[in-house]
Amino acid sequence: MTDAPAPSRHIPDRLNSRLARLLRSWEVLLLAVAVAIFVVNCFASPYFLNAWNLSDATFNFTEKAMIAFAMALLIIAGEIDLSVASIIALASTAMGLAVQYGAGTAELVGISLAVGLMCGAFNAVFVTVLGLPSIVVTIGTMSLFRGISYIILGDDAFRGYPASFAWFGQGYIVWVITVEMLFFVVFAVIYGVVLHRTNFGRAVYAIGNNPTSALFSGIRVQRVKFILFLLTGVMSGFAALCLTSRLGSTRPSIASGMELEVVTMVVLGGVNILGGSGSIPGVVIAAFVMGLVTFGLGLLNVPGIVMSVFIGLLLIGVIALPRLWAMLAKGSAI
Amino acid sequence: MTRLIPLREMILAGAILGLLLVIASRFSGFVAPGNLVNVFNDTAPLIILALGQMVVILTRCIDLSVAANLALTGMVCAMINVALPELPISVILVIAALLGALMGAINGLLVWKLAIPPIVVTLGTMTIFRGVIFLISNGKWVNSHEMSASFTGFPRAEILGLPVLSWTAVLAVLTFALMMARTPFGRSIFAVGGNPHAAVYTGINVGKTQCLAFVLSGALAGLTGYLWVARYAVAYVDIAGGFELEVVAACVIGGISIAGGVGSVAGAVLGALFLGVVKNALPVVNISPFWQLAISGSAILIAVAFNARAGRTKGRIILKSADTSS
Repeated sequence: MTDAPAPSRHIPDRLNSRLARLLRSWEVLLLAVAVAIFVVNCFASPYFLNAWNLSDATFNFTEKAMIAFAMALLIIAGEIDLSVASIIALASTAMGLAVQYGAGTAELVGISLAVGLMCGAFNAVFVTVLGLPSIVVTIGTMSLFRGISYIILGDDAFRGYPASFAWFGQGYIVWVITVEMLFFVVFAVIYGVVLHRTNFGRAVYAIGNNPTSALFSGIRVQRVKFILFLLTGVMSGFAALCLTSRLGSTRPSIASGMELEVVTMVVLGGVNILGGSGSIPGVVIAAFVMGLVTFGLGLLNVPGIVMSVFIGLLLIGVIALPRLWAMLAKGSAI
Repeated sequence: MTRLIPLREMILAGAILGLLLVIASRFSGFVAPGNLVNVFNDTAPLIILALGQMVVILTRCIDLSVAANLALTGMVCAMINVALPELPISVILVIAALLGALMGAINGLLVWKLAIPPIVVTLGTMTIFRGVIFLISNGKWVNSHEMSASFTGFPRAEILGLPVLSWTAVLAVLTFALMMARTPFGRSIFAVGGNPHAAVYTGINVGKTQCLAFVLSGALAGLTGYLWVARYAVAYVDIAGGFELEVVAACVIGGISIAGGVGSVAGAVLGALFLGVVKNALPVVNISPFWQLAISGSAILIAVAFNARAGRTKGRIILKSADTSS
């Protein structure tokens, strides 16, 4: 279509009102989907509308969502990190190893975040310093990081985490509000503010839309990308902390396949996989949508692998339907 | 640029030979012809899938659903065999290729008609295909005693000392070498990946070419699905789990640029062989198989860092598909 001269475009004589734009936004559509799923679930299972059950259900998405926030920034900036689940495996293995040498909870937190940071830096060096495509680099490190876990652990598992360590993944703040839920909210606010209210956030969008023009407008493109990889690494380290604490043991296969769920969450949240647009509120709602779908199906005794069919359909459906709609609205101009 | 390509493959071939020599210096049995045939046969599925993936990557797309496609087709073939043990293998081969091509066409049409980024499409279909295996099989295994002898015997039957599985790979390599170099379709794949805009001006339908690449990749995955299930004589939900990454790794190691347009059949084959040799050599040199994942990860990083010098001028438009739909 690019080769034909642009036909006389409809030029609006006024801008859409704020409300109209808001109502048509991805986030509102997604919120409607979330509410619909919630209502359907209420009717589908009598066990759904129970505070403790719902509290349990949040574990379905809190750890993934923590990574998804950082991943959203990374994808908006036009890069991707497929190694996040492997970073979890490596960080968890490092924690398990440290426990064998008598590390306490404070050390474990430090180790987990440090491993996450180092893995993020490793990715960042390959992408920003050597200038390699992030998708290939992180497919490589995805094997490498998890591979190191396998070398250390083999068929074994690490157990014996200190009792106080359980707080991260099993603790409650008040009533049904879990510690992980609190972290989820805190990180959502932090990342929302960083992306939507700071110069750094503007730089992320600018880089995603056009890295060259971002560079010429004075943004240190590579430095911003470096920081984003570090953030994704640290968040993966933090998720490793929560997941390991919740499970109470470490196997090298921990969190396998989670990178896909994180990317799904980000894309479902309206972040353009090609970079340049997206929002944190969208990712938050997407986290709830995915959590509710998984939990609701779980209550109906649907096996996990069948749930992943729904997640896959959701991922393609939410992107395909608006495009299909637009094609039909254009009167199948093709 | 053109002179760099043969050089790159020479280096990779040299690396594989060097690796074999190092292993041979300690364990001469590894390079015995009989064992090398085993290694090649073991690598054959990876070679076949890497060829399909190469075509997809050349057109600036990526297909992460190949392993799930393989597993689903394999399960369907196994179930057909259980239900109709008398069905000739040739029919099963046709069914496998068609079913795989159909799944590839789903990917291709979503990429072509709806312009959804390939990585999103195939991430989605990958999980969907896996789930469908569970739905049709109820999570049960199809074991060797349920399969007919001709079904499991076909990929292992030897012709001139080489199993049919290996011959399939050889045939695929020759076909692809011919197709990429000598047919308009093969050249249009390079054109689409090299410069989609220019491809449109030369009258190539970019979206359609990408769609066909997916169909081709799917058909190969389907065909391999039957061969895989028959060779290992078992079918279940998780067969070839994570194999899609190994396939992409083979392509990357073989010097196929993820930015599209750069790569060769020889590269894909050598990349697959490199991974195959490493995988088979580990138990021989007494290294725990748990090292394999880390080694192939390192190989990807080294290969991509090495190949980057050749592709530096191409920019890094990794995830962008051609924005010229027809």
